[in-house]
Amino acid sequence: MNSFWPTMIIVGILTFGIRLSFIIILDRWQPPKLIERALRFVPVAVLSAIIAPELILRSGTADFTFENLRLIAGIVAIIVAWKTKNIIWTIVAGMGILLALQYLL
Amino acid sequence: MANAQGEFFQGVKGELPILVGVVPFGMIYGILALGAGLSEVEAQAMSVVVFAGSAQFMLVQLFGAGTPALVMILTGFVINLRHALYSASVAPHIKKLSPLWKTILAYLLTDEAYAVAITRYYKRDASPFKHWYFLGAGLALWTSWQISTAVGVFLGAQFPASWPLDFTLALTFIALVVPALRDRPSIFAATSAGAVALLVAGLPYKLNLIVAAIVGIIVGLWSEKK
Repeated sequence: MNSFWPTMIIVGILTFGIRLSFIIILDRWQPPKLIERALRFVPVAVLSAIIAPELILRSGTADFTFENLRLIAGIVAIIVAWKTKNIIWTIVAGMGILLALQYLL
Repeated sequence: MANAQGEFFQGVKGELPILVGVVPFGMIYGILALGAGLSEVEAQAMSVVVFAGSAQFMLVQLFGAGTPALVMILTGFVINLRHALYSASVAPHIKKLSPLWKTILAYLLTDEAYAVAITRYYKRDASPFKHWYFLGAGLALWTSWQISTAVGVFLGAQFPASWPLDFTLALTFIALVVPALRDRPSIFAATSAGAVALLVAGLPYKLNLIVAAIVGIIVGLWSEKK
């Protein structure tokens, strides 16, 4: 098996470069107002794009049935997050429901 | 919170709830890495060098499947491209900091640290020490990522494989996003990004995340005008 080190180091450098990119670029360049307004949507858009497939895709296909336990647990977690705005309760509720359903079904 | 130290510890405190979801994720990463054939040192080193959970997951799986290095590098790069959006988002707030500060904060700019730090920048008070909050949040995450990797690496195999611990990642993000949906444009941005991520889930290298994020941002902007 070939060494993993070069791959790891290159990905590490690229990742750091990505994270540093706009911090450097926006130092010298004042972006238009539209871009500044757009940035407000970055957190919700990116995180929602990560969440939706995690809840809905099962081995590559969308599953909206009650057999998709992660979807049910996810919906419960969304409701708990909405009501409590508490991170720990959200994780505990979602995980608790998923474990309970897995155990019961 | 008039001083740097106060902000730093508030940042650590702000990050703590997130760690409930991150620590299991770090442990699974450690377990997966060894299972894929990485040594303990390599598994731990990747948590320091790459420091990006989902990319690390993908890379160890690709490594285990004997994927060529170039494909792994491309995949890692594209998965982490979303961090460019975070970079643009924090850039205006840390513009006046020294290059050393910018370097450190860029290294710490993960999903979970960003999500916590940006809420501090969105608060309207004029504290000159908000970057200390960012640092506190980032270091709290970094430390627990390293420790949980180590725990996964050294105790890993004894963990029951049926535990769906990877689900904590999605739950952590739900806990971060839902309270941020305060107005119609952000709800529109979130739902459209989620829907597009599903529709184009077949794209390689998780490029669906980038496409979905861009569509979400455009929809958010568009719905602001209504």
